[in-house]
Amino acid sequence: MSNGGGSYNAQNDSRAGSTGEPDIGTEPTGGFFSADYKKHDDLKQMLDSNKDNLKLEAMKRIVGMVAKGKDASDLFAAVVKNVVSKNIEVKKLVYVYLVRYAEEQQDLALLSIATFQRALKDPNQLIRASALRVLSSIRVPVIVPIMMLALKDSVVDMSPYVRKTAAHAIPKLYSLDPEQKDQLIQVIEKLLADKTTLVVGSAVMAFEELCPDRIDLIHKNYRKLCNLLVDVEEWGQVVIINMLTRYARTQFLDPNQQDAVADDDKNFYGDEDEKDSEEEEDDDEKEKTPPKKPYMMDPDHRLLLRNTKPLLQSRNAAVVMAVAQLYHHIAPKSEVGLVAKALVRLLRSHREIQHVVLSNVATLTTIRKGMFEPYLKSFFVRPSDPIHVRTLKLEILTNLATETSISTILREFQTYVTSSDKDFVAATIQAIGRCASSISEVTETCLNGLVGLLSNRNEYVVAESVVVIKKLLQMQPDSHSEIIQHMAKLADSITVPMARASILWMVGEYSDRVPKIAPDLLRKMAKNFINEEDIVKLQILNLAAKLCITNPKQTKLLCQYVLNLAKYDQNYDIRDRARFIRQLVSPAGEKGALGKHAKKIFLASKPAPVLDSSFKDRDQWQLGSLSHMINQRASGYSPLPDYPETAPDPTVRNVEVNPWEQVPMPWAEKTHKKKAGKPKKEAFYSDEEEESESESDSEESSSSSSESGSESESDDDSKSESGSDKEKKSDEEPESSSSSSSESESSSESESESESESEPDTKPQKKTPPPKTKSSAKPKKEAKQEVSLLDLDVIDMSSTSAPVPAPASALDVLSPSLASDLQGLSINDKKDTAISVTTPMFVSTTSHELLHRMTGEGLAANYRFTRGTCIYSTSMVPVEVTFTNHTDSPVCNIRIGDKKLQAGMTLQEFPEIPSLPGGGSMSVSIGIDFKDTIQPANFQICTQDRKYNVSIKPPVGELFQAVTMSEADFTAQQSKLTGMNENSGKVSIPSQHNNSKTITARMSELANVAPVSSSQDGLYRFAGKTVSGGTLLLVTVKVGEDNSANITVNCELMAICSMLVKEVKQKLSQA
Amino acid sequence: MIHSLFMINSAGDIFMEKHWKSVISRSVCDYFFEEQQKANSPEDVNPVISTPHHYLIHIYRENIYFVAVCTTEVPPLFVIEFLHRVVDTFTDYFGDGGETAIKDNYVIVYELLEEMLDNGFPLATESNILKELIKPPNILRTVVNTVTGSSNLSDTLPTGQLSNVPWRRAGVKYTNNEAYFDVIEEIDAIIDKQGSTVFADIQGVIDCCVKLSGMPDLTLSFMNPRILDDVSFHPCVRFKRWESERVLSFVPPDGNFRLISYHVGSQNMVAIPVYVKPNISFREGGGRFDVTVGPKQTMGKLVESVVITCAMPKVVLNMNLTPTQGTYTFDPVAKVLTWDVGKINPQKLPNLRGNISLQSGSPPPESNPAISVQFKIQQMAVSGLKVNRLDMYGESSPKKSFTFEKYKPFKGVKYLTKAGNFQVRT
Repeated sequence: MSNGGGSYNAQNDSRAGSTGEPDIGTEPTGGFFSADYKKHDDLKQMLDSNKDNLKLEAMKRIVGMVAKGKDASDLFAAVVKNVVSKNIEVKKLVYVYLVRYAEEQQDLALLSIATFQRALKDPNQLIRASALRVLSSIRVPVIVPIMMLALKDSVVDMSPYVRKTAAHAIPKLYSLDPEQKDQLIQVIEKLLADKTTLVVGSAVMAFEELCPDRIDLIHKNYRKLCNLLVDVEEWGQVVIINMLTRYARTQFLDPNQQDAVADDDKNFYGDEDEKDSEEEEDDDEKEKTPPKKPYMMDPDHRLLLRNTKPLLQSRNAAVVMAVAQLYHHIAPKSEVGLVAKALVRLLRSHREIQHVVLSNVATLTTIRKGMFEPYLKSFFVRPSDPIHVRTLKLEILTNLATETSISTILREFQTYVTSSDKDFVAATIQAIGRCASSISEVTETCLNGLVGLLSNRNEYVVAESVVVIKKLLQMQPDSHSEIIQHMAKLADSITVPMARASILWMVGEYSDRVPKIAPDLLRKMAKNFINEEDIVKLQILNLAAKLCITNPKQTKLLCQYVLNLAKYDQNYDIRDRARFIRQLVSPAGEKGALGKHAKKIFLASKPAPVLDSSFKDRDQWQLGSLSHMINQRASGYSPLPDYPETAPDPTVRNVEVNPWEQVPMPWAEKTHKKKAGKPKKEAFYSDEEEESESESDSEESSSSSSESGSESESDDDSKSESGSDKEKKSDEEPESSSSSSSESESSSESESESESESEPDTKPQKKTPPPKTKSSAKPKKEAKQEVSLLDLDVIDMSSTSAPVPAPASALDVLSPSLASDLQGLSINDKKDTAISVTTPMFVSTTSHELLHRMTGEGLAANYRFTRGTCIYSTSMVPVEVTFTNHTDSPVCNIRIGDKKLQAGMTLQEFPEIPSLPGGGSMSVSIGIDFKDTIQPANFQICTQDRKYNVSIKPPVGELFQAVTMSEADFTAQQSKLTGMNENSGKVSIPSQHNNSKTITARMSELANVAPVSSSQDGLYRFAGKTVSGGTLLLVTVKVGEDNSANITVNCELMAICSMLVKEVKQKLSQA
Repeated sequence: MIHSLFMINSAGDIFMEKHWKSVISRSVCDYFFEEQQKANSPEDVNPVISTPHHYLIHIYRENIYFVAVCTTEVPPLFVIEFLHRVVDTFTDYFGDGGETAIKDNYVIVYELLEEMLDNGFPLATESNILKELIKPPNILRTVVNTVTGSSNLSDTLPTGQLSNVPWRRAGVKYTNNEAYFDVIEEIDAIIDKQGSTVFADIQGVIDCCVKLSGMPDLTLSFMNPRILDDVSFHPCVRFKRWESERVLSFVPPDGNFRLISYHVGSQNMVAIPVYVKPNISFREGGGRFDVTVGPKQTMGKLVESVVITCAMPKVVLNMNLTPTQGTYTFDPVAKVLTWDVGKINPQKLPNLRGNISLQSGSPPPESNPAISVQFKIQQMAVSGLKVNRLDMYGESSPKKSFTFEKYKPFKGVKYLTKAGNFQVRT
């Protein structure tokens, strides 16, 4: 308990709070409930003191008053001063107070504004965020302009947490001043484009509160939202799903408009695994050709359904419900069924959740009966259920009743009838009645059962049965005269008015079936008329009138008698009725005009009542909504729009502007991973983005690399390269902040694992045709790039592979995940800008010593950099290690032992060599992710009995991969990497070496870079990118006239830049 | 979304209120009290109440009504789920979420509510994050705070809030690294008078207590994952991995949490471990009560902590019974009979028999009360679910690491089967 914990209860126990706290308790507070003015004086004194703990104690008491709903507004002036307090807890509590009372004391509240404005500039994101939160929560209209400014600053804040807070501030500002709507919508638009999972949920929330009709803002973000959905926090998921449901209703065609087609759909997509691949093919086709008849589902529609499905497994009931309603409202009929299981699961949850879920299920069962049939037993009522849950369960059981299940249900109902809760029994009997009326096979059985209940000892049961039987008989009165007889007899014993009334009505209606009993019954009733309830009296009158018409001989007098009694009844309804009937059946004078038609009026055949589910009309509401729950329109409810007749243009969702910014591509995650290598200070920010995109796509891309072979993998790289370029541009904007590695590493753990597991398999499958159907415009160029990348085999690295033209049928052999790549591709056709990894120009054969044979007691190890693509991971530098056994006896179990790596580095070990024979040698390859530094990788080489510490230090040139790019790209990229990212030097080249061939050769020897074509003489360009981070490296060598050369290196990694300049200088100046 | 929250105790006192937007007068709760009057028991109050201007959505837990006031359309489950999360957090912080705990810690409660909801929309609900923002109270910290004047609040944003693993706090260090998994299965069943099963169902959960340093990445695999029919996961579980390989791969939150809850396919026959032979009869003025419990399909395991409860009809005045084992109590106000049986000895079956006395003059009840049974069976998962292995990849070194963390955690899996909603109709 914190200090002062007692003061909450202090009201009843004056010094409860003080006893434990000598420090504070000794203050002459006199308790917190002496006279009001005095008490507050105390608190004011404490607030004015300069001791933090006194202030804290005072604030705690004040918050206690706020919590209890007591008025503490007169302390405002004293409290607001403390907003500048250094003590964070005092500050927090002052905030709480401010938010509560600022509205009432607007002038004084303004005193605090300056503090918040200062805090908005604080370097600590938590303080910025909380300042914005409080500032926006103070409902003082005067400060709207200040809030607006603060808000605009905050939406471009570096910290996603602050941006999230900004999103929350939007509705607050709107409720304060609706005039600002237009400006706020602009802010929302900006936030919607945010890629951070933390932000999008809140951004959509603001969108929903402010401008749910501005569907056009969603178009561009639709795919991103779908893809991010899994990683958004649960509350955001609910809001996004609800919004997307509405979006889908306006943008896509009704998937059920042609049932036959929908059925096809089902088979087509029946299998989950197939589904992805096949429908993504469609994706592609349909992207180009607008949907035509027969109905084809829009790929974006499918994307939504697919990405929401895993959320059915959420632990959050609201998310599950949101997905369920999404499926109910926009999925093809055949697919809605899969939500049933998840909904049934929720029934194990808290009672309130059960209640809400059950009422939604009840609606669903009126429309989609089959969906819940397998779970029938889950709806069986337990005695421990609260009454509202029981009623709902009964409702559902009734709705679910079919010919096959009715016997089970009826057996179950029989036990419910014996329950001690009378309301429940009554509800059960009504349910039986409904089953009987809806399933004609069992009507007879039910009727017999109900008649059986008539002999029940409990009067309520009997009464309810009578009422239900009456309804049933009305539907088929022909064959049941004995039941009517039986019931007429019951009239003697039964006392429940409703039941008596029912019996009387029935006897009157079917008096021809019981001609003897009816008059007798009337006689009995007439005797006791004055003691009956009103409702029964009315029915006696009715009975009398009907009998009087059909059987005047026996009953005329009785009828008169009853009418006379009724004439003086206290209830005017009854007097009215009597007067009315009298005119009809026994007109005083001449037979009135009405009298002729009395028979028609009284004995007209009445339509049988329809026993329908009370949930039938609830399907007009969106499932899961509050309006559905209360079955009336809640304020702020907007009904789901109907599907459009023709699909609106699907291309609005295409994102042309800058695909990498907006739509997470399958390779986007790689982009981010590459980026992760860059120097980083502000660790947190961007990994959120990373995570979100990478996780949602990781599966796809990792499987893509495994299934489609190495090609797609390296292809990814090339894409990511250009992707990261775009990123760089965005890095300049504050909102997409610099990236981090330490965090990102953990973020990508899911992929890293799956990838590294799958990637080794990619090695053998080399020649899957390039799946570039989209790029048919330039098949050749692409093929060239891609094919050359296939060579994982380090030995024939330098051999050129012939271009393999993309087969026309590529589409047919697409693997599922590749297809998803294609989907992304279609968005960006600008292949020219692609920067792709190419084969190294030069592979060094010189190897470096890792373990000398003397140190290694006969075992020697050398390593060399093979400059290929590492088979373990694309971010690793492949290293070939050759072990040679210089002894005569075999060395066993050669493996890598403990690794002492720099933070961030990773080393992929080689499989253990079981035994290396004497004199033999063997090469293995390992992969090291140096994280783009030249820090040595230290590790141990172990044999069965010894361990040797060794280390590999990479030359700076080996940290790169050669890439090809066009000259235009080169200059474009170079222009972005100026200032700190540029490093240059001057060197004189020996004249005999001043030719393009040598310079190129030397450069490639030095570093794994590829030449870029140059239109200028004496200007040599080389491009590469770092293996781990994917950072672009550009080298320009400009040879002047006097054999002097200017060397310029552009790279974001400054250390690398300067090192490389030094080395290039050295290399080129060699004689 | 959520406008205000009122906490109302069983006496009908509004003992705490919190407003996230402008203040709503507590008189709005009168509508709630009206509904409450109508209900027979606290549980029977309809959770969603519509009033002319507000919508009241409440939950009832720990003998407190948590009434949320909404003014506009909002998914009711959203609110209900959130309220439950609030109570869970209280329980997590204070050990229980009852009225006393809330009152004793009202400052923390207020700070929590402030942090969990912003303008009515949830902000931080993950317990690990909240605990970093607002330290849970404990005696040591109270002493330290009093002496040093430091506070419970942290002034930096917990990294988890921004990281990709929002449920785990960073920089976790333990000297003893341990991971315990409790596979707990509950049998829900309805048994009819004849002893045959009307409905039986197995629901299970895996509760974990994971105290591991760093960022461990765990993989839990089952011998027979196919028997899991429907599952719901903690957000940390990688869904795709489950889909494709049927293993649970996750970076666990720190401390106690529920990893998954599952439902076992109904096609599997459920082994009912106990049977109850009830023989209850009423006649004018009294009746006989005779109940025997015995083990049925227990797979050789001992059935423990057997408790039998029976809500007798209102007309029962008293019961005079003799148990052969354990103790029984009869609450004459609530009319609930509780028989604490303990372990079942198969050789000598526990039995409880005796007389029932009814209120004089009232007719004997026409139906017999249902009996609900509680029991536990240690070291058995009734569905047959078996954990195959637990692997750990330490994440101390960065991505693509295949190194194991330096420490070797202590791992343990416990199985427990117990009765969920196990009812015998008589």
